[in-house]
Amino acid sequence: MFKPSIHLLNKEIREKNFKNALSLITFFLFLPALGIIFWLFIKGYPALNWNFLTQDPIKGMTAGGIFPTIVGTFWLVIISVIVSCPLGVLAAIYLSEYAKDGFLTRTIRLAILNLAGVPSIVHALFGLGAFVLFMKMGTSILAASFTLAVMNLPVIITSTLESLKAVPQSYREASWNVGASKLQTIRYIVLPNSIPGILTGVVFAVGRSAGETAAILFTGVAFYLPFLPQTVFDQCMALSMHLFTISTQVVGVPEAYPYATALVLILLILSVNSIAVVLRTYFRTKRKW
Amino acid sequence: MKKKIEIKDFSIAYGKKTIIQNLNLDIYQNEVLAIIGPANSGKSSLLRCLNRFTDFNNEAKVSGDILLDGVSIYEDEDSTFLRRRIGMVSPLPVGLPMTIKENVTYAPRMAGCTDKAELDFILEDCLKKAALWDEVKDRLNTLATKLSGGQQQRLTIARALSHHPEILCLDEFSIAIDPVTTMKIESVLHELKKDMTIVMVTNVINQAKRLGDRTAMMLHGEILDLDTNQNIFGGVIRDDRTKNYIEGLFG
Repeated sequence: MFKPSIHLLNKEIREKNFKNALSLITFFLFLPALGIIFWLFIKGYPALNWNFLTQDPIKGMTAGGIFPTIVGTFWLVIISVIVSCPLGVLAAIYLSEYAKDGFLTRTIRLAILNLAGVPSIVHALFGLGAFVLFMKMGTSILAASFTLAVMNLPVIITSTLESLKAVPQSYREASWNVGASKLQTIRYIVLPNSIPGILTGVVFAVGRSAGETAAILFTGVAFYLPFLPQTVFDQCMALSMHLFTISTQVVGVPEAYPYATALVLILLILSVNSIAVVLRTYFRTKRKW
Repeated sequence: MKKKIEIKDFSIAYGKKTIIQNLNLDIYQNEVLAIIGPANSGKSSLLRCLNRFTDFNNEAKVSGDILLDGVSIYEDEDSTFLRRRIGMVSPLPVGLPMTIKENVTYAPRMAGCTDKAELDFILEDCLKKAALWDEVKDRLNTLATKLSGGQQQRLTIARALSHHPEILCLDEFSIAIDPVTTMKIESVLHELKKDMTIVMVTNVINQAKRLGDRTAMMLHGEILDLDTNQNIFGGVIRDDRTKNYIEGLFG
């Protein structure tokens, strides 16, 4: 007969050590993130002021501010989300709630997973071929946003699928059982309970597109523009691209400028991502099961 | 007596596993038909077929026909309306993730009822019938998922009654409910019989005896015996296996 012995207690001590080791590793993972922001702040501090955020770059981008790049990044992000969000969510709803599990749907799921792994420079070439040349959008905000949207679609679809799957099947069945149609069940049972996850996925996609450089390189972003974009058919500047330009392509840029630009970009992405975290926490407190 | 449901030569299989084969059964208007039988004999599957719940399972293959008031339930492509005519109570209670009030009024709202006064009436009426009103009347706007298991079970009964079904299917409705409350609901079912046809699956043989007008004994997807309660529980049993089951000799 088995009897618990002191041997087990030893195991418990090991368990504590293991837990401590895990938390230590997690802490070390957190360090680089903190370090990067700290370093960027130290190096970029001399250039940071209100003018830097609100003025155009002047003297061949060696002085002035980064205002047009912030504007451009907002254009790109907002339009790409407007395009990819409804498409992605609707596709995920179809795949999760309607599509029967067959060869075709499995292929589609696999394709979406693979699409998520395609390097962004390949997306850029696709965007150049499909939107700029074939659909004759030219190098424009529209073409660049569409490219970003294509890049974000698999992310949004996958995260939406996950949050739809997290709604227990028994809720759907209970709803069908009392005579609600499939559409009503999605509208009143599935979506209200998966909206937090969907929103989180969308917001992370926003953060991703704000930082993306390669995908917009050929499709709509200029090195330098002396004016702000007026319509979606204009080109624009973007923070990420501007960072690349002033750190490698232009001579005579003050040392603090690239660091300050990078800091603005990273803070922008961090604040977008923290919106996602806040949303998720908010919805979690309202969780209904 | 008028036939409410006619099940004709009906078979159902999930994948390669046949659950029910060539079953024939008539259910009369305003009767209580109790279905007893050991686990895995197809009782719940039979109920699921009545409201075409098998539509949602890609594995399920059905053949044969079920007539409701003489019309095939498969005549309409969309089974939503059929499910509005049938109230279904499953053995595992599921409170929808909304308030108690929203739960009970969910079905009528989905069926297009927007009249507030009527919804309030349905709410109180159905919760009273399910013997839950006294416990929840002061907190109708709290989440149904926070109710205890037994309360959620009664909530599903209230929900199944909320759309005035013609047929009420009860699958082990009393599994999580204490005996006193079960008795209350059983007496309500006696009343409801006047308005609807009740099909109940139960593991409690005494419940079948108390509530049923007729009792069917199922085993391995077949109906071994089907007779009035007077006969089934009065000793007139054709099949030995039914007799043994009722006397508790095998299960």
